[in-house]
Amino acid sequence: MKLDQILEKNKAVILQGWVEIILKAYPDETSRFIKSRKDRFDNPVGHAISTGVEGIFNCLVEGGNERIASFIDDIIRIRAVQDFRPGQAVGFMFQLKSVIRDVVADDLARQDAGLVRELLEFESRIDEQAKLAFDIYMKCRERLYELKTDEFKRNTFRLLQQANLICEVEGQDASAN
Amino acid sequence: MAKLPKPEELGKIDYTPPSTGWMDTPVEFKPGYFCNAAKEKNLAGLHMPNARTWSVKDEDWKLPDNWKEIIMEGLRERLEKYRSLRIFMDICVRCGACADKCHFFIGTGDPKNMPVLRAELLRSVYRKEYTTAGKILGKFAGAREMTIDVLKEWWYYFFQCTECRRCSVFCPYGIDQAEITIVGRELLNLLGLNIDWIMGPANACYHKGNHLGIEPHTFKSSIEFFLDDIKTITGIDIEPSFNRKGAEILFVTPSGDVFADPGTYTAMGYLMLFHELGLDYTWSTYASEGGNFGFFTNNELAKKLNAKIYAEAKRLGVKWILGGECGHMWRVLSQYMDTWNGPADFLEVPKSPITGTVFENARSMKMVHITEFTADLMKHNKLKLDPSRNDDVRLTWHDSCNTARGMGLLEEPRYIAKQVCNNFFEMPENTIREKTFCCGSGSGLNASENMDMRLKGGLPRANAVKYVHEKHGVNTVGNVCAIDRATLTTAIDYWSPGVRVSGLHELVANALVMKGEKTRRTNLRFEPLPGVEQVDDDQPEEE
Ligand code: SF4
Ligand code: SF4
Repeated sequence: MKLDQILEKNKAVILQGWVEIILKAYPDETSRFIKSRKDRFDNPVGHAISTGVEGIFNCLVEGGNERIASFIDDIIRIRAVQDFRPGQAVGFMFQLKSVIRDVVADDLARQDAGLVRELLEFESRIDEQAKLAFDIYMKCRERLYELKTDEFKRNTFRLLQQANLICEVEGQDASAN
Repeated sequence: MAKLPKPEELGKIDYTPPSTGWMDTPVEFKPGYFCNAAKEKNLAGLHMPNARTWSVKDEDWKLPDNWKEIIMEGLRERLEKYRSLRIFMDICVRCGACADKCHFFIGTGDPKNMPVLRAELLRSVYRKEYTTAGKILGKFAGAREMTIDVLKEWWYYFFQCTECRRCSVFCPYGIDQAEITIVGRELLNLLGLNIDWIMGPANACYHKGNHLGIEPHTFKSSIEFFLDDIKTITGIDIEPSFNRKGAEILFVTPSGDVFADPGTYTAMGYLMLFHELGLDYTWSTYASEGGNFGFFTNNELAKKLNAKIYAEAKRLGVKWILGGECGHMWRVLSQYMDTWNGPADFLEVPKSPITGTVFENARSMKMVHITEFTADLMKHNKLKLDPSRNDDVRLTWHDSCNTARGMGLLEEPRYIAKQVCNNFFEMPENTIREKTFCCGSGSGLNASENMDMRLKGGLPRANAVKYVHEKHGVNTVGNVCAIDRATLTTAIDYWSPGVRVSGLHELVANALVMKGEKTRRTNLRFEPLPGVEQVDDDQPEEE
């Protein structure tokens, strides 16, 4: 069987396995909650993970790269503030590899050279997207620091303006917001 | 040879949290989760106990030797004083209905941010001291000794609760975690264990009248600054009065409206509305703060800071008080002010001089929320409005925790919003009204050093905003809270960029057609009105 057929056939198992690994990072009570509560507004983290992994997986299999960034973003944006170290925050991308390897293990054992090549190609695709995940992570962290300064500016702008510590006051005022 | 772990096992080792029971899992102070310690000068300025320089990260928090006695005595006093506290300590059946309702639990995934567990932090100590089972069975009955680790854990988690009360809506017994947090923080304050983001503003407010510590002349000139902008935009001269004796109405608003963008546009909105009505009102440079960071410290300080509102109303001889758009300010006013500093029998029952409506709901407290006042004006067709000026605004409504759950103000803001804005879209039902999600920065937790935590706490709110942004093209979140205006702006910038935050009276003033105004070309932010060609931002048009 070709790799994409195997992946398609085992999609549900792969996604479930991938989610399980991602949720291992949380305490038991929490991962139970994230898994069980279906409402996307009561459980935004669970929703981002479940729709995110499915979206990423589909894009990887179908090769549609335009939307993949937004799915990765949904997950990384959360992990970027949930005190994961950078490697851990993007690490879930690599974890997909081991889930898939488990699924194709039997087929690989038959030493199907074509399948091995396809698998390696697929894994390279994951690596590519993991780089993107890392970029998104860095942008989120940078954004966090910008937000601190933006908030500080909004809170002090008027006083500085009054104290004549800001020049070209009016134009800046309009554009600063 | 020992079996090598698989690579993915190596990858996950150190972030899988310990699986010990919660009582045996010591608190870990994670950076970004907590705020800085209260400074000595701010503690001393308010005559708080144990004023000293200390740091959260230090092992030694410089507590008095008898700290434990102080805490246990403080707990005993409060159990006697507040019957609700004793009930909340006794009746929780640990059904778990509240467990996943807290924005901090949802955002952090830390089980100790489940409301039921947050309460257990205090309840376990209560059980040990006050219940037979707890005394005998200890841990097996969910009881534990008060130790320094427990104290630190209290500090960490009671300053990770915004006192928003969302959890209480879902509790079959109405157990109010906000009140447990309030008591927890009171106890901590007996040892000088506050955060500086609360103590600093409270101290400034005590000595100077407002959170930023702005002196009267600066307060006045800030408002005068807005008048120039209003003149540029509308061509109208406004002359508000300050500390004017004999005015009919005293107007009090959070100082954030005067100093922090985008609250400032809301303040301009008040000025324009009152001018248009010819309202006989005055600002006060003494009661120049509606907010009350004492409320996040203890009952006494909250009462002390609140006292100036009635005192100023009395001094100026006004008939009643009108209050601006704020969240916790209104929780304090509507639930406590009358009891603390009333009765305000020197005031009259508030009556709108424009419509004649008597605000029966404020019969005792004598203070009216501006959305009640404005909604009444609109209901009586007293305002000329052109909502098309807000046609570039696609609005959703964020119910602020304190106004929604603390005083039931749900309809008036929506009524006003729909009068002044043609495009209005609600967020999903389980995220608004009584069930509204907190901004994640309330109750004095709007500091900078805990930004990570604030963003996590703001996730559920912003997630619903993102949904209506994507579904309906919503680009503005309206609200009536100064802390929302300051902090939701940040949280939404992170989670759902492209949506901004606006106070309600900013939108009202944009739509308000004023007598004698020139053709308006921009909104209050100096952005071109819909249908108007780009305005030269650098040189706003002068009359
Ligand atoms: S009051 Fe709000 S912040 Fe505190 S535990 Fe309840 S839901 Fe969480
Ligand atoms: S919902 Fe009420 S009774 Fe149930 S666990 Fe929470 S606080 Fe206790």
